[in-house]
Amino acid sequence: MTTQAPLAIEATGLEKSFGDTHAVAGVDLAVPEGAIYGVLGPNGAGKTTVIRMLATLIAPDAGSARVLGHDIRTDGDAVRSQVSLTGQLASVDEELTGRENLILLGRLLGLSRAASRTRADELLEAFGIAEASARLVKHFSGGMRRRLDIAASIVVTPRLMFLDEPTTGLDPRSRNQVWEIARALQAGGTTILLCTQYLEEADQLADGIAVIDRGRVIAEGTPGQLKASVGTGGLHVRLLESEHRPEAAEILERAVGTVVLEADPAALSVSCADPARAADGVSAVARAGLGIAEFSLGQPSLDEVFLALTGHLAEEPDPTLEEQPS
Amino acid sequence: MSAATQATDGADTAAVRQAITTTARPPRPGGLSQALTFGWRGMLKVKHVPEQLLDVTVTPVMFLLLFTYLFGGAIAGSTSAYLDYTLPGLLVMSVLFTTVYSGVALNTDLTKGVVDRFRSLPLWRPAPLLGSLLGDSVRYVIAGTVIIVVGVALGYRPDAGVVGAVAALALVVVFSFGLSWVFCVLGLLLRSPNAVMNAGFMGIFPLTFLSNVFVDPATLPGPLEAFVEVNPISILATACRSLMDGEPDGPAILVSLAVAAVLAAVFLPITTRLYRSR
Repeated sequence: MTTQAPLAIEATGLEKSFGDTHAVAGVDLAVPEGAIYGVLGPNGAGKTTVIRMLATLIAPDAGSARVLGHDIRTDGDAVRSQVSLTGQLASVDEELTGRENLILLGRLLGLSRAASRTRADELLEAFGIAEASARLVKHFSGGMRRRLDIAASIVVTPRLMFLDEPTTGLDPRSRNQVWEIARALQAGGTTILLCTQYLEEADQLADGIAVIDRGRVIAEGTPGQLKASVGTGGLHVRLLESEHRPEAAEILERAVGTVVLEADPAALSVSCADPARAADGVSAVARAGLGIAEFSLGQPSLDEVFLALTGHLAEEPDPTLEEQPS
Repeated sequence: MSAATQATDGADTAAVRQAITTTARPPRPGGLSQALTFGWRGMLKVKHVPEQLLDVTVTPVMFLLLFTYLFGGAIAGSTSAYLDYTLPGLLVMSVLFTTVYSGVALNTDLTKGVVDRFRSLPLWRPAPLLGSLLGDSVRYVIAGTVIIVVGVALGYRPDAGVVGAVAALALVVVFSFGLSWVFCVLGLLLRSPNAVMNAGFMGIFPLTFLSNVFVDPATLPGPLEAFVEVNPISILATACRSLMDGEPDGPAILVSLAVAAVLAAVFLPITTRLYRSR
């Protein structure tokens, strides 16, 4: 990610309340063109409301934003003609077939009758739903449905795509396919704003991430920067025998640094950024004849990042916050 | 990714890449063209969900049979005389019941997120609503035709022939254009399609019965008669009767059209506004 690239989204101080709920309480975003930018947060954090404002579905109470250079308040039509919305919110029509849905969108966007049919068939083929194209969407499987949702958003390739929780409820295989599609879109030049509550998803796809909690951006950066802001990461070692732990702790303490005993009675970790020293530590333990079940050197996970930033886990929705109205 | 590329039942990444690069954005179509596309969507729904049509035609046909053969003799002296009186009214009832489904369909789109998809597109704002009206009109014509055909099968013969029947049907359909916006507003305000259906029928059902569709209001107690006389559904039924009898009742027809125009003038802007902001 380069900060030099022109910005696809530039938002300042966006706010939106529903009744007494401050769904979005002042959000700033700067998304460079061509990036996949993750907005990461638990349910009810305000992610969806941010997308709805940026896609001009609802007007912000305060703040301003430019999407692809157009003001979302005054130039909504210009925004809508260059973006696509996919996900939980913007659905396809369940009572039409997959093919009819794509033709419908093609016609609405200005393709001729023939061109919209050709385009629909091309997309159905590419997204692996050609065989089901004559089936009503309500009979689609979850994975097929999600692929159709995305296909519906690129009937005409958008410059910016809002991808809202694209893999919620999908099996791992379908999830990987959606990720592949997102990467393909990015390779084709489309900027993607990805809203997700899955840390792994943001880690996998995003060039930059804004962590959002209770309607505010609480941290921002590349996945690497976010992890680094929490700690240096470290060496994790799990022994075959838990009774060897004190001895291993002594060795690692000498070779690497301060040892932390983990909850698992056979596991321990050392804060360490240098792979060479970590390797020395592991081999010292092995030379002492202590059996090692596994070891790893890694950055902290985004789960740890989220916990450190918010004091609660991302997957646990904050009970004080209601699910925001849609 | 070669694994994903070769998967037969998944997305083909290379083809997806190809698909992304092949389209330039076409010029934006005109508003009317977009509305017609939404009309096409409405027709597809009639095709895919014919049960909805069945719902609204079965009830009036049931009433037709029930009233004609059970009460017809007692009310009008003979079943055939009663059929002559009530069929134009049942035509009104049949088509007006169908208008409730405009609100139900709109609410379904809203709750399923389809509306948000449309609202995220660069569209002429009224296009989705006007287009769905087009699809609805097909439903109205089918519902009305079913009732007339069943009536003819039972022995009903309009004095004004096919022309009279078509004119009456056309008038009811135009009236329904106006009335359907009331249910669209309900559809945008209420929480579920079922709520819209219940609220809609709670309004349209008593209004239809407190009209001259089934009985001549002359026999009713004073205050009730007064209400029935001014009920727009009575006036519409009178207008249809007059058209089918070949003696067009100018004032009734004009009042029916005026009521439709007023309903549209009041509820269409509310619908468009709610559609934009919901």
